[in-house]
Amino acid sequence: MNQVNRLPRGGRVDRSHPLNFTFNGKQYVGCVGDTLASALLANGVDVVNRSFKYSRPRGIVAAGAEEPNAVVQLGASEAAQVPNVRATQQALYEGLTARSTNGWPNVQRDLMGMVGKLGGTFMPPGFYYKTFMAPASLWMTYEKYIRKSAGLGRSPTEPDPDSYEHINQHCDVLIIGAGPAGLAAAITAARSGARVILCDEQEEMGGSLLDSRELIDGAPAVQWSDRVLDELNAMGNVTLLPRTTANGYHDHNFVTLHERRTEHLADSAPSFGSRRQARSRMHRIRAKQVVLATGAHERPLVYANNDVPGNLLAGAVSTYVRRYGVVPGQKLVLSATNDHAYRAALDWHEAGREVVAIADARANPKGDLVDKAQSLGIRIIAQSAVIEAKGADRVSGARVAKIEIESFKVVGGVEELACDTIASSGGYSPVIHLSSHTGTRPTWRDDILGFVPGEVKGLTPAGGARGVYPLGDTIRDGAEAGAQATQAAGIDAGAMALPQITARQDGQACALYQVPHLKPAMRAPKQFVDLQNDVTAAGIELATREGFESIEHVKRYTAMGFGTDQGKLGNINGMAIAARCLNRSIPEVGTTVFRPNYTPVTFGAIVGRHCRELFDPERYTALHQWHVEHGAEFEDVGQWKRPWYFPRTVNGKKETMHEAVARECLAVRERVGILDASTLGKIDIQGPDAREFLGRVYTNKWAKLAPGRVRYGLMCKDDGMLMDDGTTSCLGENHFLMTTTTGGAAGVMEWLELWHQTEWPELDVYFTSVTDHWATMTVTGPDARKLLAEVTDIDLDKDQFKFMDWREGTVAGVPARVFRISFTGELAYEINVQANYAMHVWTTLFEHGEKYDLTPYGTETMHVLRAEKGLIIVGQDTDGSVTPEDLGMQWAIGYDKPYSWIGKRALSRPDTRRTDRKQFVGLKPKDPNVVLEEGAQIVFDPNQSIPMSMVGHVTSSYYSPTLGHGFALAVVKGGHERMGETVYLPMVDGKVHEAEIVSPVFLDPKGERQNV
Amino acid sequence: MSDVKEFDTRPTGSPSSESPLAWSFHRRGTPPREASAGVTLREKAFLGHLILRGGAIVLDEAVREVLGITLPARPNTLALDNSGERSIQWLSPDEWLVIVPGGEEFALEGRLRKALGQAHYSIVNVSGGQTVLTLRGEKAREVLMKSTPYDVHPQAFPVGKGVTTVFAKASVVLRRPTEEGWELVVRRSFADYCYRWLLDAAAEYGVIVER
Amino acid sequence: MFHIYCPYCEEHREEEEFHPKGQAHIQRPEDPEACSDETWGDYLFFRDNPRGVHHELWVHAVGCRKFFNITRHTVSYEILETYKMGEQPSVTAKSLSEKDKQAGVQAASGGWQTVGARPESDALNKGARV
Ligand SMILES: [Zn+2]
Repeated sequence: MNQVNRLPRGGRVDRSHPLNFTFNGKQYVGCVGDTLASALLANGVDVVNRSFKYSRPRGIVAAGAEEPNAVVQLGASEAAQVPNVRATQQALYEGLTARSTNGWPNVQRDLMGMVGKLGGTFMPPGFYYKTFMAPASLWMTYEKYIRKSAGLGRSPTEPDPDSYEHINQHCDVLIIGAGPAGLAAAITAARSGARVILCDEQEEMGGSLLDSRELIDGAPAVQWSDRVLDELNAMGNVTLLPRTTANGYHDHNFVTLHERRTEHLADSAPSFGSRRQARSRMHRIRAKQVVLATGAHERPLVYANNDVPGNLLAGAVSTYVRRYGVVPGQKLVLSATNDHAYRAALDWHEAGREVVAIADARANPKGDLVDKAQSLGIRIIAQSAVIEAKGADRVSGARVAKIEIESFKVVGGVEELACDTIASSGGYSPVIHLSSHTGTRPTWRDDILGFVPGEVKGLTPAGGARGVYPLGDTIRDGAEAGAQATQAAGIDAGAMALPQITARQDGQACALYQVPHLKPAMRAPKQFVDLQNDVTAAGIELATREGFESIEHVKRYTAMGFGTDQGKLGNINGMAIAARCLNRSIPEVGTTVFRPNYTPVTFGAIVGRHCRELFDPERYTALHQWHVEHGAEFEDVGQWKRPWYFPRTVNGKKETMHEAVARECLAVRERVGILDASTLGKIDIQGPDAREFLGRVYTNKWAKLAPGRVRYGLMCKDDGMLMDDGTTSCLGENHFLMTTTTGGAAGVMEWLELWHQTEWPELDVYFTSVTDHWATMTVTGPDARKLLAEVTDIDLDKDQFKFMDWREGTVAGVPARVFRISFTGELAYEINVQANYAMHVWTTLFEHGEKYDLTPYGTETMHVLRAEKGLIIVGQDTDGSVTPEDLGMQWAIGYDKPYSWIGKRALSRPDTRRTDRKQFVGLKPKDPNVVLEEGAQIVFDPNQSIPMSMVGHVTSSYYSPTLGHGFALAVVKGGHERMGETVYLPMVDGKVHEAEIVSPVFLDPKGERQNV
Repeated sequence: MSDVKEFDTRPTGSPSSESPLAWSFHRRGTPPREASAGVTLREKAFLGHLILRGGAIVLDEAVREVLGITLPARPNTLALDNSGERSIQWLSPDEWLVIVPGGEEFALEGRLRKALGQAHYSIVNVSGGQTVLTLRGEKAREVLMKSTPYDVHPQAFPVGKGVTTVFAKASVVLRRPTEEGWELVVRRSFADYCYRWLLDAAAEYGVIVER
Repeated sequence: MFHIYCPYCEEHREEEEFHPKGQAHIQRPEDPEACSDETWGDYLFFRDNPRGVHHELWVHAVGCRKFFNITRHTVSYEILETYKMGEQPSVTAKSLSEKDKQAGVQAASGGWQTVGARPESDALNKGARV
C-alpha cells in the first residue's frame, strides 16, 4: 500500500529517507521523522487494535502519550519483545516490527469478535469488583481468560541482549516538558548559571510549537524554539534530555526520568566498536526545584460509537497534518466546544481535503479562528454536536444534532453527514499526573474547566499544566516560573525578554463532556469514556446507581483509568458523568489521583545494572579463590558466599551433599577439619568503660573476664528476646574483641552505637568494625593441636593455653591471634590473621595437614556438628520470640549484675515467666532413619481433630553420622519439664512421625572432647 | 589510653600476600588495553589504614605532632601531607580514616598512642579490611554518577572532599584528593562486586585497569 | 525517597544512606527494676501515630553512623527539622499554628501514649491497663 494519506509537502518528516516497517505481518513504508502512528496513518491503516473487553476495532486517536488504543508489542526477534509501547511515542526506524497488543490471532478477523458481542454480559461494569468479591478460586479461571483475550502485552521468553542503567543526577532546576512554557523556563534558569535539566518525552523538543499556526517575532513559532534549544545546547550548565519521560514524582523533589536512548534507532542498542550503550537510562533526579511544564491533554467528547476508527482528537489531527504531513482521512466533521479545536478544520482544509462541517456546542461561536473558518466557507452548525458516529471498521458518517447542555437533551432534528473522520474536542485537561504522585490533591477550576496542580513544595507549574493556554501567556508564564524556581534554588535569575506574539482572540469555551443522545445512555450505542479499559458512560451511570458515589469507588467499579492508561483521556469525562448522574459538581464527586508511572517503563530500565551477576553484592572472604579451586559448593549467608560443603570426586563420581557432609563430620570428630569462619562479625571495642558496656548489652557477666580469656555471651533486646550471640575476648583491661553472627554483624554494630549514642553517652567506649580486617580459620578435631603446633610459636600446652583462652603469636610466620573456643565440641583453635595473609596461612596449614587428613568443611557440616552439641544458631533456632531461659541458658544470665542490662526487666514480666512457653529441647525420632523436616509442627496428641493444637516446631534437623541416627532441635511448650515424653509430627503426606523429647546436647554432654 | 593490646599484624618475613582484588584479577584478568579509554582504574593495594576515634580537640594536637597534618575537623573533608601519600579523612564527628604507605601503620599507631597518653580515644588497624581504588579519566565522573546517589559535580564535590556513601548496593568512602582523580575506599569483602560494577558501568567509555 | 539533612554531616543526603529507628524521645525507665509491668510495657510497645507532626529517630547508617532526630509531617512527608541527639524539637504540639490545630493536625507527645490511635483502640488500651 502507498502512503495514501501523506501530503506531498509540509511537516517535519524527511520524505527522501523512506523507512520500511512491518505491522501485524504486513510491510509498509514511512519516512524519517515519523512515529509508528503517523506512519500507520500515512499508510491508511485504520484498525490498529481490538478493544480490551468488547473486542471492538480501534484506531489511532491521539498523537502523544495519551493514546489509548495504539498500544503495540514491539520487536522483530523474540529477545527484543517490548510490550505496551504507544505507537504515538515510538519513532520509526528501518525494520521496525510491531503487532497489535490486543486481539488474537489478528485484529481484522478476530476470534473474540463473537465473544465481544456478548462482552456486555460477560464482563459487565463492576466485573473486577464482583469477581474479587467472588470466591478467589474463580478468579484464577477469569484471569487466564482475560489475560489471553485482552493480551496485556507479553514479555520476551528469551534473555534480553540489551543493558540498562540508572544514573543519578542533581540539579538546581528540573524542567519537565520542552514546549513553550518549558523552554522559556529553561532558558531563564539556564542564563542564571543554575544547573538545569530539561526533559521532554517526545522525539523532538518544542511541544505544541512544533505544530503551531502562530508566529513568534513574526516568524513561524518553531524557529523560536530552535533558537532557544541551540542556546541551551551550547551551555555547560544545561542537560537536555529528549525522548525522556518524567514518570514518577516522589518525595522531596526526587523525580525518575526514563530516557529511551536507542529505542528510536533499532530493536537493540547499537555498538560502537566493542562499546555498547545502554538501551535506556533511568535518571534518578534530585532537583532543588521542579518546573512542571507538561502542557495539557485534549479531552475527547463522549458520544455514541466514539470508538470507531476515524474518531480522533482535534489536536491530534492538527499534529498529524502539520508535523508529520499526514491527513488521516478525506472528509472531516469536527465536534468542538472551543476555538482552539478549529485548527483541525483549518489544517484539514489547507491540506486540500474536505471539511464537511463544524458542530460547535456553543450558541454563538466567535473568535479569530471561527472567523477564519467562516471566511474559508466552512459550514459551522452552532449549538450542536456529533451525537453518534456511524460505521464499523471506519467512520462512514456523523449524526449531528442540536443539543441543550443544561437539560442534557437533544433538542433538534438529527442530520447525518457523510464523512470518514470525526475530530472532537471537549476542552483541555492540564497534565497534572506528576504533581499528584506525592498525594497532593489537584484543584478544580471552573474558568478553565480542568484540574490544576495542588500546592507541592519545590514545584512550580507553568503554562498549560496550570491552565494557561494562549501562546504568549504560556511563554511569559514559563519565564516567570523559571525565574521563580531559580530564585527558590538560591540563585539570582534575570527576567527574560519576551518575544512578540500577536494575541489570538478566542471565544469562551463551553462545558460539555458526554453528549446527549436520543436514547438514554443505557440504551444508546456505546459512548466510550475510557477507550483502553472499555469503560462506557452507561457503565459509570450504573456504578452511581449501584451506590458508588466517590469517584475513587467508581474507578474501582468500572476499571476507569486503570493500568498503563492512568486516565489520561477519560478521567475528567468520567467524573463529569458521575457528577451529572449524582447531580453534583465535578469537585464534589472527588478529585482524581494518579499514580506512578505516567507511562509504562520497561523492567530493564527499572532494574538497570542491578541484574544478572550484579543483582546483589556477593561478599567473598580472603580464601574464596581456594574454595572455588577446591570444588566448594556455596551457600548464601546474607550477602556472603560461604562454602557449604566440599564434594570430592571418588572414582569419577562426585559425592552427594549427604556423603560429603558425613565425611566432613567424621573427619572433624576423628581427625582434624578446617573451616573458613571469616564471615563472623568482629568488633574492636576500646575504652575505660568497655567492660561496663559489655555488662549492659550482654545478659551474662563481664566484670571479671581477664586479659587472655574469652567468654560466650547472649545479647537480648529490651523485650528480653535473644537477638545475637557470640564470643568476646578480653585483649587488654580496656580492650575487647567482640564476635557476632555472620548475619547479625551490621545490626549488632548499629545496636551498640544506638545504646551508646542515645542511652549511655557518658560511657567512654568506641566501637570499630574489623570484620573484613581479620580472616578467621577454625582448626578443629582431635589432631588440631598437633597440626597447629607445627606452624605456630604459641605454646599450645593444654594447661598453658586452656579452653576459652586466647593467645597471640605467629602462625605460618604471620602474626596471629588464636582463640581456643569451640563450635564443634571438639578441640578447636580459631586463628585470626590479617586478611591479606590469610591465603598463605591457610595453604601452609594444608601443607602440614596432609598427614592428618586435614579436611576442609563447610557450613552444613558446621551446622550438624554444633547441633549435635545443642549449640544454637540465632535466627534458625530462635526467631525473636525466644528468651535465654526458653533456651535453657540460665547459666548465661547474670540476674545479680548491678545494672539493669538490656532485656533483664522483661524477663520478669508475667509473659516471659509462663511455664508453658516454647522451650528449647532435643528431639530423637523413634525411627533412627527419619530426619524430621525443619519447620515441622509438633503436637502432643496425634489423634485430635484438625485443626490440631500445635505445641512447637522443629528448628534444626540433620542426620548425624557420628550418632548414626537422625536428630533434631525444637521448641516445645513446657519442653524442659517434658524430657522423655513422646511428641508427634503429622506431615502433609499423612505420615505421623514420633519423637522423644531429649536434652539438646546429643554428644559429649560433659564437654570433655573440647577440653583435652 | 593504656591497657589496649597493640598488635602488629604485618609479618616480619615476607610471606605471600593478596590484596582484596587478587581474586578479581585472577578470575577475570583485566580488560584489553584501549587507546582512547575514558576511564582508568587502579588498585592502591597494601596501604596502612587506621581508624582513629576520639574528640577532635583531643586528637588534633597528636595528629599534627606525629603526622604533620592538621586534623580535618569540618565534616566531609580530607587532608593530605605534602607528599600526598598520607591522608586523614573525617568520617564522623569522632571518627577519622588515616591512610599511610603500607608498613607505616603500626609505628604510627604507637607514636599516636604515646602522644595521646591517657586521653580517651581508640585506634584500630583495619589495613587488611579495605583497599583503595583510583578512578581517573574524562568519564570518571559519569561512571560515578551511575554508581552513587551522592552529587559528584565539581561544584558539590571539590578537591579535598570525602564522604561515606552508597555505591551500587554497597557502600564506599568516596574522596577526591586531587584534581585528576577519585579514590574509592572499598571494604575487602565487597571489593570484587565494586570492581565488577565499575568495569560494567565504564564499559561504554572504554576502561583501562592499571596493574 | 526522602532527602534528609544530617545534622552531623551538615548536608542533605539521600534516604538510601539512612535507617529509620522508630519514634524519638522514648525514655527508658530510669530504674527498670522498680517500674511496673505496665510502665515497662508502655516503654517497649506503645508508640504515637499522629496524623501530623511526628518525631522520629534515624541513623545515618551509610555515612557518619550517628543517630539523630527528625521532625516529620506524616501527611505531607515534609521534614520540618532535624536535630542532634540530646536536643529537643522546636516543632511540637505547642508550636502548632491555630490554623493547623483547627485542621486537626496532631503532634507526637514524645511519650508512650498513643497520639493518633483510633478511639476504639485507645479505649481498649486504657481498659487493658486498669
Ligand atoms: Zn551524617
